[in-house]
Amino acid sequence: MPKDGGIGASSKRREDLRFLTGKGKYTDDINLQGQAYAYFIRSDVAHGTINSIDTSAAEKMPGVEQIFTAKDFEGVGGVPCGWQVTDRHGEVMQEPKHPVLAEGKVRHVGDPIAVVVADSLAEARDAAEAVEIDITELEPVLNMKDALKDGATKVHDDLTSNLCYDWGFVEENREAVDEAIKGAHHVTTLELKNNRLVANPMEPRVAVAEFDSSTEEYTLYTTSQNPHVIRLLMGAFVLGIPEHRLRVVAPDVGGGFGAKIYHYAEEAFCTFAAKQVGRPVKWTSSRSEAFMSDAHGRDHVTKIELAMDKDGHFLALRTDTHANMGAYLSTFAPSIPTWLHGTLMAGNYKTPLIYVNVKAVFTNTVPVDAYRGAGRPEATFQLERVVDKAAREMGIDPIEIRRRNFITEFPYATPVAVEYDTGDYHATMDKLLEMSDHAGFDKRAEESKKNGKLRGFGIAHYIEACGIAPSNLVGQLGARAGLYESATVRVNATGSISVMTGSHSHGQGHETSFAQVVADMIGIDEQQIDIVHGDTSKTPMGMGTYGSRSIAVGGSAMVRATEKIIAKAKKIAAHLMEASEGDIELKDGAFTVAGTDKSVAWGDVTLAAYVPHNYPLEEIEPGLEETAFYDPANFTYPSGAYGCEVEVDPETGKVTVLGFSAADDFGNIINPMIVEGQVHGGLAQGIGQALVENCAYDENGQLLSGSYMDYTMPRADDLPMFNVDHSSITPCTHNPLGVKGCGEAGAIGSPPALVSAVVDALQRAGHDVTHIDMPLTPDRVWAAMNS
Amino acid sequence: MYDFEIEKPGSIADAVKALGGDEAQALGGGQTLIPTLKQRLASPSTLVSLSGLAEMVGICKDDDGRLCIGGATTHAAVAADGSYAGLSGLASHIGDPAVRNRGTIGGSLANNDPSACYPAAALGSGATIVTNTREIAADDYFKGMFETALKEGEIITEVKFPIPEKSNYQKFVQPASRFALVGVFVAKYEGGVRVAVTGASEEGVHRWTAAEEALNANFSTEAIAALDAPSGDGMINDLHGSGDYRAHLVKVMTGRAVAAAA
Repeated sequence: MPKDGGIGASSKRREDLRFLTGKGKYTDDINLQGQAYAYFIRSDVAHGTINSIDTSAAEKMPGVEQIFTAKDFEGVGGVPCGWQVTDRHGEVMQEPKHPVLAEGKVRHVGDPIAVVVADSLAEARDAAEAVEIDITELEPVLNMKDALKDGATKVHDDLTSNLCYDWGFVEENREAVDEAIKGAHHVTTLELKNNRLVANPMEPRVAVAEFDSSTEEYTLYTTSQNPHVIRLLMGAFVLGIPEHRLRVVAPDVGGGFGAKIYHYAEEAFCTFAAKQVGRPVKWTSSRSEAFMSDAHGRDHVTKIELAMDKDGHFLALRTDTHANMGAYLSTFAPSIPTWLHGTLMAGNYKTPLIYVNVKAVFTNTVPVDAYRGAGRPEATFQLERVVDKAAREMGIDPIEIRRRNFITEFPYATPVAVEYDTGDYHATMDKLLEMSDHAGFDKRAEESKKNGKLRGFGIAHYIEACGIAPSNLVGQLGARAGLYESATVRVNATGSISVMTGSHSHGQGHETSFAQVVADMIGIDEQQIDIVHGDTSKTPMGMGTYGSRSIAVGGSAMVRATEKIIAKAKKIAAHLMEASEGDIELKDGAFTVAGTDKSVAWGDVTLAAYVPHNYPLEEIEPGLEETAFYDPANFTYPSGAYGCEVEVDPETGKVTVLGFSAADDFGNIINPMIVEGQVHGGLAQGIGQALVENCAYDENGQLLSGSYMDYTMPRADDLPMFNVDHSSITPCTHNPLGVKGCGEAGAIGSPPALVSAVVDALQRAGHDVTHIDMPLTPDRVWAAMNS
Repeated sequence: MYDFEIEKPGSIADAVKALGGDEAQALGGGQTLIPTLKQRLASPSTLVSLSGLAEMVGICKDDDGRLCIGGATTHAAVAADGSYAGLSGLASHIGDPAVRNRGTIGGSLANNDPSACYPAAALGSGATIVTNTREIAADDYFKGMFETALKEGEIITEVKFPIPEKSNYQKFVQPASRFALVGVFVAKYEGGVRVAVTGASEEGVHRWTAAEEALNANFSTEAIAALDAPSGDGMINDLHGSGDYRAHLVKVMTGRAVAAAA
């Protein structure tokens, strides 16, 4: 029986009432009295020396308040990077300055050079056209391998090369892996690219800032997944504003997908300029600006080798990856191809020896950082594709070779430094085969053949690490922040509850599912609980939402705070019923004394806490409000089996996705409907990457896919009806809810399943095609068939 | 967008007069021009709106049985008409509903985007482009990418389509824009078959005469199958497809249009 409330119920998303009726309050809906508008003048060349910027004519244009260039930011810090990676030789990464506005050089198309602040956006744009900027173009650095050659043009003159770091993991395994590969029965090698993507949240970025000269307080409204992180980074590292004078608000946010984690120059600019011009300053990104200023995702070039014995048992795995950092280091950029990628290379398999080498490279492109999945899709894609290729080379069924190598005993310590607490990979594989009617595939393939189409089936089994992360561990790995989460549970006098969480909802439905958790613990109606997030003046210091961490870490903090509430409420209830605290039980919103019929309602206890006339004041304080900070003991490890069925039109190369099944193990589930929605969204983005999305630059560093005329978003008619299941449950062992996280899984598991399905279709038709780089657009598939 | 004046003339004569003004620009459905203005890529001083001209809106048949479509008629109206199946089918797949309810046939033909659908129908039907001053045969009208025989200030008031025995348009979409990566319009008339190709060539819409000859001899998919695809030289080569791929698609889409022609 489906529950009608609390944990496990498909409660309808309460936030949808305002989102679907146009009542959401997004950052661009915020207009402050007397605000001025900022217009960013951005580089239209990939690489160049700025010889001069002449603002004199523009300054006299109507409505212009002030025009800013790098010289206005002398003494102001650069945009900081939040993670320092140490390379395989023990050296720290090369870390260039990332100025708010370009200093002396421009390093990618879209790099901001100057900003006009004016009474209206139109006047700001008019004046921007009158700013004269003289740039000498330099050779752009675009290809990562060329960028590392001796004598290559440097993106940053003050660095020794374009190499950010050369990371080896686990470095001590390097020789043993080399030896194992040399002596193996068979080695499967695959070279592939993980295509660069643009996140494209529905809501572009916006920043509105004001400065109150009477109190010396700044307020920044911004499209962020983590307002406290922005406050810390911008306040402490860029502008030197103490936290108590800086409030950061991220109200309703229309999708993030990673691209709204980072602290961006535009946020610092608006906050800085608001004080300079003495009035609020607002910037709203156009969609064109978003393409060239939001951090991009992925962009890895990889060679992967898998060594096997004669029975297809995996002996060793070696990878060589070039990871594009873009022109500057975005907030989490260095961690994505390393700690969120190398640590996942074991996948679901008991490969005993693994060595991962990643060279992070600076190029004259937009900075690259986390995008839904962040490192785990890159790991999963190469691993699952090489396993698929290996199966075909060894003449073993792709499902069987996976089963033969599955980890079956937990906890399992991988050779890449993480320990999986639970999982049952055979169970998810079984479920997938049942859901996707794998047994009926051959019959369906015959039908396709009759219609002149080529049908294929592809499978992928993924592992990911969510719930980032134990702070002491990530500290050792180079994180410059803790990764706990916080919650304050404020019980009001009449029993309703406000929960202030450091997590941030930008589409995930936290306001619904978080309320379910607290309601379930106390036994009251969800509607009595309100979730407050996104405002540093209201919520305790929290790290925000990304990496599928919110329920595992934020939810756990909420559980811990609620446990404290219940413990105190029991003391009050014991006093009211003149019973011993140890005999008090809480069930369905009422406190009872074990073995008696004495009972006191939740609301009576909460009222007593705030009207303490009959109250044990000598023992406990009045009031009912508790805060907890939760720092996880480990990552969580969701896993799942994904199957994709495609049809290829051999005349045009067009791929049609006919079916997609996802059998996930997310541990315990709070709201099945929301989980299903998260998987649907992830699948759409994963299929988008595999089938249509591609961020491309030309040889001059111009963005070819700079608008929706050329950047293809997946649309409803590109996608099949999804077949989603999450009934395989191995609860997480180390958090109080037993949850693992579900936000990114769909985007992680789907690309290799789709590519393998297309390769399967082509091979069944006799084409000698072993891999096609994403996206699998019709022209690429046709070219592969006809090469 | 820069500031501009907008004029809404009540007659073609007034529209022509208004277009004689300094840096005046005709505005049809605005599906190309408005985004261009928003990006500040054009700066007309005056926009002359043609969409309110009642005499340029509507669909009828003339004495020769030709389908006559007013220049300011929307794609949606043509899609709904149905008296020329191939043409209505083409119009029903231009853009999305919002585009089809605003965009006009005159605007599309005047712009002559190399990937637009309507030029293929006009050329493939041997249509006549009627302006405020003259009639232009489709074969003389299209002059390459974004180039037409229109003179400064000349307005497309009407397009006359002879209705063929059979016709069909096949569009293979560019996945992002959903314009035609390659679109082929095939029309079989008593006097011969016409095959017009859009999306593919650097020269814009053009006829594939080898296919026309083959289909004149034998209007069948086999006739197309026996042909070599046109050369990929001179075909558009971009992010979404090479010249050779486009050339291949010309043949595939022509075959499909013949198969589907009704």
